Amino acid sequence: MSGLPLVDVHVHFWHDRCGRAEWRELNARRLAIGERIGITLHIASILGTWGYASPTYFPSPDDVSYGNEAMRAIEAAHPDRVRGYTTVNPNFTAHAVREIEIGADHGLTGIKLAASRRADDPLLDPVCELADHHRVPILHHVWQHRRGEVPGQEISDALDLAALSSRWPRVQFILAHIGGGGDWAHSLRALAQVPNIWVDLSGSGVDRGMLELCLECVGPGRLLWGTDLTMDTGLAKLKALELLCSPAEFTAIRWRNAARIFHLVAGPRSIAPMQAGAGAEA
Amino acid sequence: MNSATDHNAMVGPYPFRRLPDSTPQRLIADMDRLGVETAWVGHVPSIYYRDAASGNDELFQLLAAHRVRLLPVPAVNPVWPGWEREIDRAASEGAPAIRTWPAHYGFDCAGAAMTELAAACAEQGLTLTLTVRLEDPRQRHRLDVARDLISADLRATVRAHAGVRLLVCGADRAIVEETHWGSTPEESARLSWDVSAVWGPPEDHLGHLFRTVGREAFVFGTGFPFRIPDAAVAKLTLASYESGPGVADRG
Repeated sequence: MSGLPLVDVHVHFWHDRCGRAEWRELNARRLAIGERIGITLHIASILGTWGYASPTYFPSPDDVSYGNEAMRAIEAAHPDRVRGYTTVNPNFTAHAVREIEIGADHGLTGIKLAASRRADDPLLDPVCELADHHRVPILHHVWQHRRGEVPGQEISDALDLAALSSRWPRVQFILAHIGGGGDWAHSLRALAQVPNIWVDLSGSGVDRGMLELCLECVGPGRLLWGTDLTMDTGLAKLKALELLCSPAEFTAIRWRNAARIFHLVAGPRSIAPMQAGAGAEA
Repeated sequence: MNSATDHNAMVGPYPFRRLPDSTPQRLIADMDRLGVETAWVGHVPSIYYRDAASGNDELFQLLAAHRVRLLPVPAVNPVWPGWEREIDRAASEGAPAIRTWPAHYGFDCAGAAMTELAAACAEQGLTLTLTVRLEDPRQRHRLDVARDLISADLRATVRAHAGVRLLVCGADRAIVEETHWGSTPEESARLSWDVSAVWGPPEDHLGHLFRTVGREAFVFGTGFPFRIPDAAVAKLTLASYESGPGVADRG
């Protein structure tokens, strides 16, 4: 739908142990719809077994490992258009460190943290240390403006992530799915002065006013386009952004911002990880 | 795809957050941009006024200059005196439908008030519109305490009168399925769903519902001014339904 690159920073795939018989079809459909939308690169994760063998947001170490292996297999099958986050559960520190090291052996793209441990907890520090070492961003699941516990996932909102980011000023954090549920206005006001937290625009929420406040509070220089579970809402936000932004701002949100923090270089029809020693893009 | 009519649009301000430009002029601009010809238009403040009739006065005035493309959908509160007059006024003004808000007005979909309202709508040929929710429950203002409608509310309404036609806005797959498979074929034939809150691909709830419930049960709806209207167009564009007649324009 445009000649410009388009990077989706919040993507999920499935595998054979997720309890869904149609997992291959789901993965294929995402790639096919991505072609129609014009997505150049899917940066994706798999959260364990998606609740089938252990809870989605509290995945067991075995499920984390299996999901990461499956993610690397998908990446290997589609090297021109898929990159994978390494997912970890920080409650199992040694396992989390090992998973990141395995990921690094395969060219670490980023680290995915679900909601297994509150974002400001010290147990996240070893993960951040490795993100700092490998110069990769951390995508952190967030329920916008949640200050109380609910079943299924441990509390984390923008204030918690901001507390973590202040301890690790060189690490780039991505606040997940501003449209993924909760009060997005609270998160955006909280992040106005937090330079190392980027906002991913994904999620099924398409509230009018949300994108305007993203631009006002966070600015086009820290916004990243994404879809999460609903690609139609991602396409809608892309259309809406085109009307709200200058061409340079729109380009930044489509791919240049992602290229900066994921160290990507854009070719005529592709976007790929930068080779070691190459200069920074964007 | 038939997106000629937006069946789920409203105008006016909302008490719990700013809605950017919720005027009829902006609605028409978005319709032009998206290729939508007409819209069924409700009035946001009428959800919160004690006297919905005064909100309807505002709605008719707001739409007066745009009546070719913007069809008024006034609000009716069946537990407030004079509600029958609002039904008559809706019919005489050429409204295709009315909206009612049981959780906000404080009446039970399974009670006598809904039965009377459903009968009046059936008699006047007006579609009765219910809205499951306006916003995600996870982002509500602490004073925004009206509950979401559930399938039981919808089933009770469609059973309230054998002639009532019910349009449901803002329902997701679970509510559509529970209501459809919890109703007789005759009742389901009187139910329509707007697509605004049904997930598109890759989960593709909309494509699934087209195959199971039937695409004739669905109408195009954007959720303006709450939702980015492009989303409804995008999900129809991307939905994995087979070619052929598109989303119905019944009602």
